[in-house]
Amino acid sequence: MYVAVKGGERAIDNAHAFLAEERRGDPAVPELSVAQIREQMRLAVNRVMAEGSLYDPDLAALAIKQARGDLIEAVFLIRAYRTTLPRHGLSQPVDTAAMAVTRRVSATFKDAPGGQVLGPTFDYTHRLLDFALMAGGPDAPLPADAGTMPPVPHGGKEAPPSPLVGEGWGGGAPRMPHVTGFLNREGLIEPAPAGDDTPPDLTRSPMELPASRALRLQALARGDEGFLLSLAYSTQRGYGRTHAFVGELRIGMVEVEMDIPELGFAVPIGEIELTECETVNQFKGSRTEPPQFTRGYGLTFGQTERKALAMSLVDRALRWKELGEDFTGAPAQDEEFVLMHADNVQATGFLEHIKLPHYVDFQSETELIRRLRAEVLAQREAAE
Amino acid sequence: MTDQAYNFAYLDEQTKRMIRRAILKAVAVPGYQVPFASREMPMPYGWGTGGVQVTAACLVPEDVLKVIDQGADDTTNAVSIRKFFRRVSGVAVTEATTEATVIQTRHRIPETPLHAGQILVYQVPIPEPLRFLEPRETETRKMHALEEYGLMQVKLYEDIARHGTIATSYAYPVAVEGRYVMDPSPIPKFDNPKLSDSPALQLFGAGRESRIYALPPHTQVVSLDFDDHPFQPTKAAHDCDLCGAATSYLDEVITDDAGGRMFVCSDTDFCGGRRAVGHTGRLGTREAPNPTRGEGASPPPRGEGPGVGGHAGQRAEVVK
Repeated sequence: MYVAVKGGERAIDNAHAFLAEERRGDPAVPELSVAQIREQMRLAVNRVMAEGSLYDPDLAALAIKQARGDLIEAVFLIRAYRTTLPRHGLSQPVDTAAMAVTRRVSATFKDAPGGQVLGPTFDYTHRLLDFALMAGGPDAPLPADAGTMPPVPHGGKEAPPSPLVGEGWGGGAPRMPHVTGFLNREGLIEPAPAGDDTPPDLTRSPMELPASRALRLQALARGDEGFLLSLAYSTQRGYGRTHAFVGELRIGMVEVEMDIPELGFAVPIGEIELTECETVNQFKGSRTEPPQFTRGYGLTFGQTERKALAMSLVDRALRWKELGEDFTGAPAQDEEFVLMHADNVQATGFLEHIKLPHYVDFQSETELIRRLRAEVLAQREAAE
Repeated sequence: MTDQAYNFAYLDEQTKRMIRRAILKAVAVPGYQVPFASREMPMPYGWGTGGVQVTAACLVPEDVLKVIDQGADDTTNAVSIRKFFRRVSGVAVTEATTEATVIQTRHRIPETPLHAGQILVYQVPIPEPLRFLEPRETETRKMHALEEYGLMQVKLYEDIARHGTIATSYAYPVAVEGRYVMDPSPIPKFDNPKLSDSPALQLFGAGRESRIYALPPHTQVVSLDFDDHPFQPTKAAHDCDLCGAATSYLDEVITDDAGGRMFVCSDTDFCGGRRAVGHTGRLGTREAPNPTRGEGASPPPRGEGPGVGGHAGQRAEVVK
């Protein structure tokens, strides 16, 4: 005889307890600290800040720990937290020209004022597993100065001088005007759109299509790195007509300023690390525009180069209409397709919801199929 | 009781205000999908955040909340959502449809008729009835504006040409007050007749897609069909094996590996209520009526043994 057992709530509680055990792993292994994640898994922290759309390295590190390293799960934690935070206002647009740069490269010129500064990059490493890193286990002695030195750009040494370094500013860093500025002076590149309008915010009002470029850029900044990576890659292989040159990729700290109405002026409220990418794309004139380089733009929290580069390429691909280009049917050109599917928290939520019970609808489908099959089989029998 | 770190029902008052405005617009234009600024919630998009936001915007401390998924109060996601609201609002909860003032549901309408003053909040995955015929929102918006529903009519016609019958069994499209075509959420088409002329207020929340729509009380809702192929609210041709009900939607439960199966009411409160007053089905036994079916009043689990609880759809123990 069938007996139904009530157990949903207990099952969930037990599942949470099991999860906590798994998160901790082998108790003989030292527990990860949030500070360790923040310092030594910094690129994961950066990705979580970028897609979580919240600049807080400690919270992002906590989210990564809580999420057992699942970065999209960590992004979700940050987003849910972000929802609860009160809005105090908007900052001024950050001045990336005044960035304290740790890394800056340009593919369009051999050298430029400020120089090519490689910074902390994997770019020219040889991808050979370094087993010396495994030696830093629980029994290995730590290096003598471990934990005593705060992180300093250039490892604490003077930045190597470049022949094109101009007068210093503030902390003595060389001036680094944007490379696209030089192209702009000759009229070779479309001007950057000027505007004092407050940009739209898709976290405060529903995204409506067609979207302005500002809204697209916000969606891309929060978008999944993998999704944008593949879309950007597709534009390089012919799905869309943008061949991008990296005019500038710069990474470093910028100051964030906010207008305080009671004071009547803007005050700096802190500094954040940003990655900024400007791509330069050529197209050979069109029905409405004279030949000019065109722009793609990417801006992300933390050192997140792959994301900023991808964002730049996809931004440019989505601009086909305003630039008078043809729609070739490339996925990266399809604004609705890109923007509706870029958000990985939405995507994984809906994907994973198929694990929920669907037996009621499945039952209705089953009944339908049984009926249809019965009709077909009855017809066949009648025919024989 | 209430988690003091959060505002009542989790959402801040400005957000509730925004959602309530969207709800009012939706009620004013029955069946029309109103865009709203859906918030990230502590449960994933796709797991009921639209329903949760609508419920959170509607709740007042005096409300009595029921949460069901697939018709059952005890499915895991219903448990999870009910727990969430208990934590952030402290409202009373119940499993009894008649006692609830707000019912949040995933993919079923309760069998027990609703009454005036109740709000039924549906969780909606895809609010757009035309979505699988036309993926572009920019296009479907125009179709609704122009009342251009030919695409849907053709789909239904082609079903009949191919299968001899309309091949949609859930999320069956309806016409609201003769104007907007609406997706009633993935309820089985069996439930469609309950949408029309209901004394309750029906609200539909799609969190991920950021849309809210509504059926005010006593709204005319008609399932799409043709004169010569009229709509039929079908269900499995069985009675409930536990309570004997002939008119309720049934879950199919596989009982052994030899093809054995049984059918039980999907609506666990409805089934339990019938058995409490003595109705039995083919496989049910008479059980003593529960003193009350509110939260915390269930008898302690008795492990194996006949007649425990009233929550069909969970693990079945076959007792010989």
